[in-house]
Amino acid sequence: MKNINYDIALTHILTRKKQTLVAALGVTIGVAIYLFMNSLGSGFNKYGTAEIFKNNAHIKIYKKDETSSVLSSDKSTLNVIVNPQVTTLSKTIINPQSLLNTVRKEPYITNAIEVVDVSVFYNKGKTQLKGTSDGVNMVEYAQMYNTSAYMLAGDVKNLKQNLNGIIIGKGIAEKFSLNMDDNITVTSSYGVSKVLKVVGIFSMGNSLTDDSKSFMNISTAQQFLKEGSSYVTTIYANTVNSDNSTQYAQKLQALTPYTVEDWKTSNADILSSDVTRKTLMTSISLSILLVAAFGIYNILSATITQKINDIAILKALGFKGKDVIRIFITEAVIMGIIGNFLGLCFGGALIYVLSHIQLSGTNSTFPIYFEAKLFAQSFLLGLIITICAGYFPAKKAANVDPVSIFRK
Amino acid sequence: MDNKELVLSTNNLGKYFYEPSKFKVLNDISIQAYKGEFLTLVGKSGSGKSTLLYCLSTMDTDYDGELHILGNKITGKKPDELAAIRNRHIGFVFQFHYLLPEFTCLKNIMIPALKLGTYSYKEIEEKAYQKLEALGLKDLALKQASKLSGGQQQRVSIARALINDPAIIMCDEPTGNLDSKNTQIVYDIFKQLSHETHQTIIAVTHDNDFAKASDRTIELEDGHITNHRKLLFD
Repeated sequence: MKNINYDIALTHILTRKKQTLVAALGVTIGVAIYLFMNSLGSGFNKYGTAEIFKNNAHIKIYKKDETSSVLSSDKSTLNVIVNPQVTTLSKTIINPQSLLNTVRKEPYITNAIEVVDVSVFYNKGKTQLKGTSDGVNMVEYAQMYNTSAYMLAGDVKNLKQNLNGIIIGKGIAEKFSLNMDDNITVTSSYGVSKVLKVVGIFSMGNSLTDDSKSFMNISTAQQFLKEGSSYVTTIYANTVNSDNSTQYAQKLQALTPYTVEDWKTSNADILSSDVTRKTLMTSISLSILLVAAFGIYNILSATITQKINDIAILKALGFKGKDVIRIFITEAVIMGIIGNFLGLCFGGALIYVLSHIQLSGTNSTFPIYFEAKLFAQSFLLGLIITICAGYFPAKKAANVDPVSIFRK
Repeated sequence: MDNKELVLSTNNLGKYFYEPSKFKVLNDISIQAYKGEFLTLVGKSGSGKSTLLYCLSTMDTDYDGELHILGNKITGKKPDELAAIRNRHIGFVFQFHYLLPEFTCLKNIMIPALKLGTYSYKEIEEKAYQKLEALGLKDLALKQASKLSGGQQQRVSIARALINDPAIIMCDEPTGNLDSKNTQIVYDIFKQLSHETHQTIIAVTHDNDFAKASDRTIELEDGHITNHRKLLFD
């Protein structure tokens, strides 16, 4: 052993295996729980975000409702009495194809599609269901949202070039007891009524969507609105990184007069609950880690009280205060590293077990994953807390006055 | 030997105790210790002899007056500097032996030298074996310190005090806990150290035979030097 300080620390550790293990086990539990809870929290956040992206794009471009305004702003003329209200102007994006091309050229955009959304009624006999239908190029749409994964029957390709086809949610199909190739009457608020053939049934696992949503060809949707082929209500775009969507939205906003909204703005409520959950989990796991640190603090304090004679003799032999601190910090670090290592193994085992448990009500397992970043974070935090816990007793040891010990 | 080399000296050293009330334990102590001298401090319990030794040892810094060791003024130095001075120039032997119980005898002896770091681990080990051999303890080298008898532990701690070849060896009741046979051994060692390797020994003792055998005895009473008995110093 090169350095006598480490040598002494190691000897203390080796001659007190039991205490070392007890202190290390405290850290083990703390680190394991910290890792586990943060992985779970992060998994749930990812799961929640994935849920959002089932039918939300990272960025949405649409024309915001405009309120009519005073025509003349010249105050010197007579006042004009107006009744401000939402203009009846069309909600269309003018020249959508050019905007779509512009958006698609941006390097951070992975996908962009145009959508015509229609409020519709689904009818069968006298029964009527309210809902919305997206007029889309279904193949592009499915690429963006991974819709194929949620198809219970039929295929997204069935809608291609099929102006009389419709893909409906599972809820609608059940309520009308519809199967593949059955007909359904769809009416729009503009009074257009069409009989469409069911070419696919999907389930997003969200009853609100499954009970009301359908997909049809973009031209069909335009017909429901009595509009021409250039009528597009919204452009949806996905980006390379959903976390940076706000920045991307700002960049896009500079390119277009239409409203650009990112998913974080549209789903602020869900995100705030994510933040709350994360805060809760972090604070619980941190306090457990802190308790573990007190274990190390206690055991080192006891060691120092027991070894006060040895500390005095070391100081008499010419060991400086900082040497004594180094000895006891080294002991804390050894305990911390052992505890940390076991903790990461234990936490990893918990993650492994939970990731294989079925989540009730779905066909997926708990959304918990091995994340290298969280492993590193747990290790680092565990070590820092251990060093802090070791520092205070070590400082106490460094301040031992050898004379007062020898005179006793 | 007239031109004796001064190793340690104090100049009007005084010290107070504040508990339970302010009380002067040491009163203007001025002493000198020379190279190769075997010096004993004697006096009744409470005379201040141990307090004086701890002031001389650089561990107690709360005193008036001045302390010089090897020509350097010690008074006013920082704790870390004092630690380095103790490590290099002063060896300690205590009444209750004070070995580190978890280590082998060999390791105990090596610790101050490892701390000093002048020699390699191998060289220090070699040197520690030599010291053990000189004190007749070679067989105990790899035994754990806590498993030794009192006399053996005291001899090991003397070996430890010698490992860095210090100029001064300070002892607090080195024979206080030993039987007469072991006392004789320790005494012989000290005699040999002072006269053959010319190291200065300053020992606190209340063993009169031990004190009589030393080169010079300083007697303290109530914080004053009352007797400065010089023996023949050859």
